[in-house]
Amino acid sequence: MSDFVYFFTFQDASIAFVVIGITLLGIGSAYVGTYSFLDKKALLGDAISHAVLPGICLGFMLAGEKNPLYIVTGAFLSGALATFLTSWLKSKTQLSDDAIIASILSIFFGFGVVLLTVIQKSGNPEMAGLNQFIFGNAIAILEEDLYIYGGLAVLIIITLTVFRKEFSMLVFNADFGKSIGYPMGTIRLIFNVLMILAVVIGIQAIGVVLMAALLITPGAAARFWTDRLGKLLLIAGAFSAVSGVIGTYISFVIPQMPTGPWVVVCLSMFALISFLFAPKKGVLARYIARRHYLKKTHQDHLLKLIYHGIESGKQNFPIEEIYQSFPYRKRETKHTIDELIKTDLLTINQGFIDFTSKGKSEAKRIVRLHRLWELYLNEYMNIAPDHVHDSAEKLEHILTPELEALLENRLNYPKLDPHQETIPRDNDEL
Amino acid sequence: MSFDQNAFLIIFTASLISISCGLLGVFMMLRKMSMTGDAISHAVLPGIVIGFFVSGSQRGLEVVIGAGILGILATLLIDWLKNKAKVQLDASIGITFTLLFAIGIILINMLAYKVDLDQECVLYGEIAYLPIDLWITDAGFSMGPRITYLAVLNLVLVSAFIFLLYKELKLTSFDENFGLVIGLPAGAINLALMSMVSYTTVSSFEAVGAILVVALLVVPPATAFLWTKKLTSLIKLTCGLGIFIALAGYYAAYLVDSSIAGMMVAVGGIIFLGSAAIKGIRPNWAFGTSTPGKPLEI
Repeated sequence: MSDFVYFFTFQDASIAFVVIGITLLGIGSAYVGTYSFLDKKALLGDAISHAVLPGICLGFMLAGEKNPLYIVTGAFLSGALATFLTSWLKSKTQLSDDAIIASILSIFFGFGVVLLTVIQKSGNPEMAGLNQFIFGNAIAILEEDLYIYGGLAVLIIITLTVFRKEFSMLVFNADFGKSIGYPMGTIRLIFNVLMILAVVIGIQAIGVVLMAALLITPGAAARFWTDRLGKLLLIAGAFSAVSGVIGTYISFVIPQMPTGPWVVVCLSMFALISFLFAPKKGVLARYIARRHYLKKTHQDHLLKLIYHGIESGKQNFPIEEIYQSFPYRKRETKHTIDELIKTDLLTINQGFIDFTSKGKSEAKRIVRLHRLWELYLNEYMNIAPDHVHDSAEKLEHILTPELEALLENRLNYPKLDPHQETIPRDNDEL
Repeated sequence: MSFDQNAFLIIFTASLISISCGLLGVFMMLRKMSMTGDAISHAVLPGIVIGFFVSGSQRGLEVVIGAGILGILATLLIDWLKNKAKVQLDASIGITFTLLFAIGIILINMLAYKVDLDQECVLYGEIAYLPIDLWITDAGFSMGPRITYLAVLNLVLVSAFIFLLYKELKLTSFDENFGLVIGLPAGAINLALMSMVSYTTVSSFEAVGAILVVALLVVPPATAFLWTKKLTSLIKLTCGLGIFIALAGYYAAYLVDSSIAGMMVAVGGIIFLGSAAIKGIRPNWAFGTSTPGKPLEI
């Protein structure tokens, strides 16, 4: 607990620096990552983050020590080479995207491992610091590192905010942008540069192997909460910053723990919670909505069945007959009838089912929507009368009163549908 | 250079591993699942660690079982995210493997004092120690390097798997829906292939490391794909490349004194990029009125 207070009151200036650093870096990479996620190029981030390893090693070999400037430059150049090779292979060969990305990723990583072992055997005492780049150690971020990493993160955030319109166009409809005269090639180039920069600044804190998660996961998780780009970026940034701080705290409390894995585990937890419980798009919400819709359609079908019976001159409805009309669904049908009785749409009397007045007008409404839609398809879409039933069967459940009024108006309050059946109105006698 | 038994053993084992990986990789590539292979090879890490912890040694069957379970779990998780949670495929792959890999690294660090397993060994492997890692029977009789036996067993299993299911694999790789229509259990075949990939990853990770297995899975088939459009020659070429990579990688590593597995991948990468350059850069006049590229023949 005292650790907790010590960490979050930022008495130690170096902790404050680390927290600022990881927050900036999290937000920056989440921003870039969200765009690349929307562009359906999430795995390119994975390729880049593996591909910076040889650059880091080369930078280290040239500088002879862990100089952030050399390492950032080296990492940037090898990331850029990987990105270039990916798009070159895509345009010149028939290999599929995933094969290209997987090849580039593993080839660069292989080169990186070769260089890493060469450095290891050279016996440079600074070597120990290099391993941090594989799994990340945020606590080891020094003040002078922070100026470079933090500065780059701020640069990324500002560029993405200022040119938001251009980047949105790139992601959502690049051809449109090209046709109205934007230099889409240049915009894509700048975007790729930002993406490589985002990976480069993350390697110290998160590590090369797991950096992909910081690009992919926040955007994917935030996508479940909103459909608006502005909110999406904010939520993704928040997920990533919070996970970053939690990860840093854990590796502060347990010193031998690397930061990267914990940040990724936190982020993934946010993502899983979003996938399961987000309103509207989450698995649970969609399951409930689906159950609700199925129940509603079954109720509608049941009311329609009774209505059709009465229309064709039937006097009474034994409940068994209704069960037989929905074969193999007896339990569900019984449940639906109970529900309809409870909501005062049907009555049951000695095993015979009948409408209440409320139920009658509801049944009329469903049949009316069905037949109006059939007529509309027939008259306006010129679809043959024997082809309109299936579509009407689906739309009768979802047409709103506004649409109903519009249809009535457009069709001029018709009496008969294409099958010469009456379109029932509320005050018609059944 | 005179005949060196250790060099021969290392090259022989490395060839076996890269052939097994290449055989599976061909089908992974044709199914556009190369990145799933990448995801599996990262995702088996927690399985390896848990198996290691339970059995207390690298040799335990628990390690293979643990990694196999995790590999299948990763495949199922990717499918679940894609189909049930409606996350787009690339993001499902990215989320799944980073999460499982992160858990693996955390487990290694938590159990660091209890098991003799460090992350570098799992990630990069070291095939150079192969000749001294001997399989010694209870009677004290040395049977030769243990990893070579594992590689032989792996290659036999992979070859048997592909030989027995060749027709099914071919059909479901090219036209999964047709396979389903004529009654092939495409889902089960897919899972079986993924299990073989997990098993191969586990049995090779000591030698080449979890991440470089991906390179052996992907790079030789992708290179071969640039040169041929027939499945049988694709497979033959992949195997040939596997052997060449092992041979050239060993001697290149010997020259600069570095990781053999890393060098194998580097050699593979050079061949791949070279092939792409030869095949990709053609002068414009070569296109002319030539016949358009034929779709992949079986």
